[in-house]
Amino acid sequence: MSITATQTTSSDAREAYAARVEAARGRSTEPAWLTSRRAAAAARLVTEGFPTTRDEEFRFTNVAPIASKVFPAADVPPGRASLEALRAQATVPGLDAHELVFVNGRFAPELSSADRLPAGVRLTNLASTLGADPALVEPLFGRAIKFDMQGFTALNTALASDGAVLVVDPDVVVDQPIHFVFLSSAPAPFGAHVRNLLKIGRHAQVRIVESYLGEAGQEYFTNAITEVEGGDGSQVEYCRVQRESMSAYHVSGTHLHLGRSAVFASESLSLGGGIVRNDVNAVLDGEGIHCTVNGLYLVDGDRLVDNHTTIDHAKPHCESHELYKGILDDRGRGVFNGKIFVRQDAQKTDAKQTNQVMLLSDDATIDTKPQLEIFADDVKCTHGATIGQLDETQMFYLKSRGIGDAHARAILLHAFAADIVERIEVPALREHLENLLLERLPID
Amino acid sequence: MLQITNLQARVDDKPILKGINLTVKPGEVHAIMGPNGSGKSTLAQVLAGKADYEVTGGSVTLDGHDLLDLDPEERAREGVFLAFQYPVEIPGVSNSYFLKAALNAVRKQRGLPELDAIEFMKLVKAKMKLLEMDPAFLSRSVNQGFSGGEKKRNEIFQMAVLEPRLAVLDETDSGLDIDALKIVSSGVNALRSPERATIVVTHYQRLLNYIVPDFVHVLSDGRIIKSGGKELALELEAKGYGWLDQEAVARA
Repeated sequence: MSITATQTTSSDAREAYAARVEAARGRSTEPAWLTSRRAAAAARLVTEGFPTTRDEEFRFTNVAPIASKVFPAADVPPGRASLEALRAQATVPGLDAHELVFVNGRFAPELSSADRLPAGVRLTNLASTLGADPALVEPLFGRAIKFDMQGFTALNTALASDGAVLVVDPDVVVDQPIHFVFLSSAPAPFGAHVRNLLKIGRHAQVRIVESYLGEAGQEYFTNAITEVEGGDGSQVEYCRVQRESMSAYHVSGTHLHLGRSAVFASESLSLGGGIVRNDVNAVLDGEGIHCTVNGLYLVDGDRLVDNHTTIDHAKPHCESHELYKGILDDRGRGVFNGKIFVRQDAQKTDAKQTNQVMLLSDDATIDTKPQLEIFADDVKCTHGATIGQLDETQMFYLKSRGIGDAHARAILLHAFAADIVERIEVPALREHLENLLLERLPID
Repeated sequence: MLQITNLQARVDDKPILKGINLTVKPGEVHAIMGPNGSGKSTLAQVLAGKADYEVTGGSVTLDGHDLLDLDPEERAREGVFLAFQYPVEIPGVSNSYFLKAALNAVRKQRGLPELDAIEFMKLVKAKMKLLEMDPAFLSRSVNQGFSGGEKKRNEIFQMAVLEPRLAVLDETDSGLDIDALKIVSSGVNALRSPERATIVVTHYQRLLNYIVPDFVHVLSDGRIIKSGGKELALELEAKGYGWLDQEAVARA
């Protein structure tokens, strides 16, 4: 059976990755704490391997196509024309943002514009910060996660050498959004392991956008982790726009650790990628936190998008709202798993989770699973999943006004998806994404 | 203009309409009254083409064209308009987009060119005045978060924009306070014209004080059991529906 074959290959792959870590160790100028974390992560990867469908968390998502290959770093930088085209695609018209651009996982200062930062904001890249100020990185790298959570996290810890580092001092309000742009283009398959580290100080406010884009048709692997430390009373809007090549593999982890009265609102859009796995883990570690985790996924062809979220209500009086919407067509597959933990302490928790899915073809599938574990007794937790076709009452209403069947369908489908995009607070980004959505789900 | 002949329809296996005969001429307003479950709303929805109802016999023609063969959108383009008893909320679709799509679909059928954004706004603003609507309404999602009165006004507003040949108002008065009822009624009255036929389905006579019908029909158990002028509505209001059923039984 293929699992055995896969495991053999995968075992080769992880040995190869471990060898890369070992080789890098000899010539590394990295701080000792990081070298040892990388070695431990590589060792973990060798012994435990990548997840398989026998792991509960990956039951419906076969990552063998990723795990069975060794994706080297991209050695050759992309051609100028291709890079410029990608850069143009990633540009959000009218968005006046501080931008850090990465190409194939490496910082590209010449494409970035982060030189007009207000006082109290540090925006740099991981590779240079590790050289210049490793003490800044140490408490943030792996703060919100354990490096050995699973194979891809271990791989990221072992190999991630670059990414964005953002530190906002307490009470600082950052007016312009901050945009991290990750562009991928190379002649041969490659892997980019990026680690973004964000520390938002007490009562600071910031809006962050992360965009992932790749050259159409190319096969590559993005393994991205973002760790966010949201201080007490901080206010963060975080928007993640994944527009990888339809042949790319995209594995991401967004790990949030939030303090008292923090407000964190996020939207995650999965528009591209052949196999996509997004994990969001939020620890609400103070009273009065509001955490919103919304997502939209559009899946067609033979693609797969898996969203796993965990909201950990560790303290009382917190609210979490979660709305994921998916549109699945052709033989597209979707997975949604939403865990909510309410600890014994976390009285007066208000947690709401919804996953709504449109299945447009008989061959499209969704596996959706809410998972609530509640140890407190005075809480309000709701979850719901709806899977279906378009609402017949709405269809009839539109048609009864003269709108044709195909047009009515397109209108409703678009509206279903636009619901998530309309929640984005940054106007230029919202309009840009509304236009992208119109391209994917045209209504006229 | 509208000719309904021996119309029979059922939902699931339950017959609801058991042979309706009705002729509505241009310029006329016909009220259809009747107790709950008599088939009033079913008749309205069958005319609009709702798929839940299966027509098992009879015919419906508008200007000589067979309506029953047409899809709901084709009927709308032929000039049928149903003001819904329960207008449907459509989150994420703005009223202006919805109306423009509908209007252009109807205009196309009538051989008229599509309206551009400026022409459309001009038309829509004039019609909004008629229904005393807040212009901010245009950018809101269709019926989402509307009060009962706003929803009903929106129905008549859509009717004003689409200018149907046949308007069917399904319990447009239900859930309206007197102020909203007056606004909605004056909107409907402003749309009365020698070219337009109107059917007003209602449970209560109250609406007919404001929209004065030319004819009143009483529907009971899927049949029209009595027809008369506007005074029939007053009689119904005074005596209820019971005496008609007895009369029908006595005749049978």
